[in-house]
Amino acid sequence: MPAKALQGVRVVELAQLVAGPYCAKLLADLGAEVVKIEEPLAGDEARRRGPFLNDVPHPERSGLFLYLNTNKLGVTLNIKTETGREIFKQLVNWADILIEDKPPGVMQELGLDYENLRAINPRLIMTSITPFGQTGPYRDYKAYHLNVFHAGGEPCIMHQGSAIHRGSASTDLAPVKGPGYMGDYDSGLSAATATLAAFYARGATGSGQHIDVSKQETAIALDRLENVIYPNRKKTETQALIRASAQGRGMVGGLMRCKDGYVMIAAMQDSQWRGLVELMGSPEWTKDDKFKDELSRVLHSREATSRVQQWVRDKTMEEVFRGGQEKGVPLGKVNSPQDLVHSPQLRSRGFFVEIEHPETGKIEYPAAPYKLSKTPWAVARPAPLLGEHNEEIYCRLLSYARQDLALMRENGVI
Amino acid sequence: MKMIKPALDGVRIADFSWAWAGPYATMLLAVMGAEVIKIESNQRLDHVRLRALGFGVFRGADRSPFFNDLNLNKLSVTLNLTQPEAVELAKRIVSISDIVVQNMRPGVMDRLGLGYEELKKVKPDIVYLSSSACGATGPERGYIGYAPTFAALGGADHLTGYPDAAPQPMAGSIDLRSAATSAFAILAALCYRQRTGEGQHIDLSSQETISVLLGEAIMDYTMNQRNQTRKGNRDQAMAPHNCYRCRGGKWVTIAIATEDEWQAFCSAIGAPDWTKDPRFSDAYARHRNQDELDKRVEEWTINQTPYQAMRILQKVGVAAFPSLDSQGLSSDRHLKERGMFTEVEHPVMGRRVVIAPHWKFSHTPASSCRHAPLLGEHNEYVFGELLGMRLDEITEFEERGIIY
Repeated sequence: MPAKALQGVRVVELAQLVAGPYCAKLLADLGAEVVKIEEPLAGDEARRRGPFLNDVPHPERSGLFLYLNTNKLGVTLNIKTETGREIFKQLVNWADILIEDKPPGVMQELGLDYENLRAINPRLIMTSITPFGQTGPYRDYKAYHLNVFHAGGEPCIMHQGSAIHRGSASTDLAPVKGPGYMGDYDSGLSAATATLAAFYARGATGSGQHIDVSKQETAIALDRLENVIYPNRKKTETQALIRASAQGRGMVGGLMRCKDGYVMIAAMQDSQWRGLVELMGSPEWTKDDKFKDELSRVLHSREATSRVQQWVRDKTMEEVFRGGQEKGVPLGKVNSPQDLVHSPQLRSRGFFVEIEHPETGKIEYPAAPYKLSKTPWAVARPAPLLGEHNEEIYCRLLSYARQDLALMRENGVI
Repeated sequence: MKMIKPALDGVRIADFSWAWAGPYATMLLAVMGAEVIKIESNQRLDHVRLRALGFGVFRGADRSPFFNDLNLNKLSVTLNLTQPEAVELAKRIVSISDIVVQNMRPGVMDRLGLGYEELKKVKPDIVYLSSSACGATGPERGYIGYAPTFAALGGADHLTGYPDAAPQPMAGSIDLRSAATSAFAILAALCYRQRTGEGQHIDLSSQETISVLLGEAIMDYTMNQRNQTRKGNRDQAMAPHNCYRCRGGKWVTIAIATEDEWQAFCSAIGAPDWTKDPRFSDAYARHRNQDELDKRVEEWTINQTPYQAMRILQKVGVAAFPSLDSQGLSSDRHLKERGMFTEVEHPVMGRRVVIAPHWKFSHTPASSCRHAPLLGEHNEYVFGELLGMRLDEITEFEERGIIY
């Protein structure tokens, strides 16, 4: 069996929904041993969110939960009980990494904040993921995915861009968020990255640490170029950017409607433009001096773009996409989930893996966007059933007797 | 007192990447303390030094704000890689590095003699990441693209925007998402190397970095053959769940998940009569009648500023927050206190505000402290100090257009 990149790395996850679980999934899928802690009976909130298999709500059949929790071991534990906290501390002692998403202050109230846990395990890396971070005036604010996504700047950027990208949403409509739970996925990825950096540093220094991840800040960083335009607005270079953007200057292309959907064209450089001209059959208008080089095309990008749109209108997505790419034009078609699942490229790269689960049978899941040559991404087990590994973790790892387990179950500890 | 070192202190990266996705991946690592040597050339400039999609053309290679935002903390050397001697120098940089990052079209680095197999000979435990539009294998491996095309190909655009309108294209951030994924994959490989001494190659597809963020929509198709589409700001179950117009043309988002939150919301806005309407009596009814509900909610928000609405609702435990733009973010007091904006002094462009690191490490602080390098700014340090070349040698290579 090939090696795993994070083999032997021990992780405890005390998190639900998307960001924390995605963070731990990224580690689990590369071989880390992840113990996911869920509240007894209720479990992770994601178990109550769809999509459900055949649209029938069932805690073991949520596509969201199944996707986000592959390769993990699952236990139930009530950390509001004294015994529960005792067990939690034992798990922390065993772990290299703790990922948690409790509102700031909650872990402290439970006596499980970093200072306390560090006393148990000085090598522990504790990663806390919250909407606004552990400090600052908004630390206690509540925020769901929608609020956080809008708190990062991207919806307003897309909204302002709409005026430039002809044919899309009017600015009378409110700014829109990104797709699905994207912002929470982003935060999970960002947290996993910082966690691994801390793990690497621990390899050199032996010391653990605490990492404060704010979902809002993750979002702000992803739009770091646009988000600093205002504070730099008086600088010469930024003034030029603002002017050019307001005039809709820039690339030839953008979102374009085809016969059967949309394509996105982004042709900047000379060779790309020449490819596009060839694709359109070298029409007369392209020979105009206005389009002779990049600089003049930038100045006349609106006109060029509307001409290209006229040509695209009665073509299919496929013919524009394939034809254009063959001629070196950077363009993409607007893929739906169905298109992705049937994409020959994704199929050929093994981007979908079939995973068998006791409650759903075999279903295809998206895999990973990276191929590590020596330590491939792999799924060893599906998402855990609620409390599936209680015995394995509590009896075999922490040496509780099976009678203890029964008693703890009756008393609402697990 | 122990000396405080950043997490990736002592890690060196030979960075052959350009545009947005590659450079931001290595910048994330540079912000955490890695020494990143950007290998670029006058012969083929990183186009972010020259231009930006939708923002026109810059006035010189060291006058691009976007380049600055994507290359903080790095060093720059210039090597004309079409020259065999420049390739040899690049290999010498690789021989003292831990990581190589490149995002040229698949095959280009191999043709330059800088592919993984070649560089493994120079540095057997190198971690080598290749990032491309669609990956290094498969029928579309040669396809090219930028952030807007990855957004489309990866599935993000289809699921963004209003249901009855065209997709809302996502743009630049998509490259930074691809970059964030690269940084994670590199660190996983680096941790493996730390424990086993083995390097490896990583083949990353930008398209796929976006698709994995849409897991549940893809699962809905593989489980139920349902092809999801965009739904504005709405949720499959929650309502109210939208972005509402406020006073002065600004916006606030409000999301309500539980009955308690709904009750708190109603009393916080003064319990107007409509809140007792049977059409809004429970979560199911509210979701079914959300067009009407949203109009009612907006009747309240339109008389508030976003921050007023936020404060009134947060006080009673309802999730409300402004939809912020660049101006809003840079004047927000929470972000000020968190130090989310910082400044670097750029030798050509002057003081510039940049985004501070978005993680707070208790023991190994990250920092965005140095401006993006001027073109070739570190030729002397890298070729002289690190590779031990004499000044006259460096000058000779410059005169012959090798260091160029």
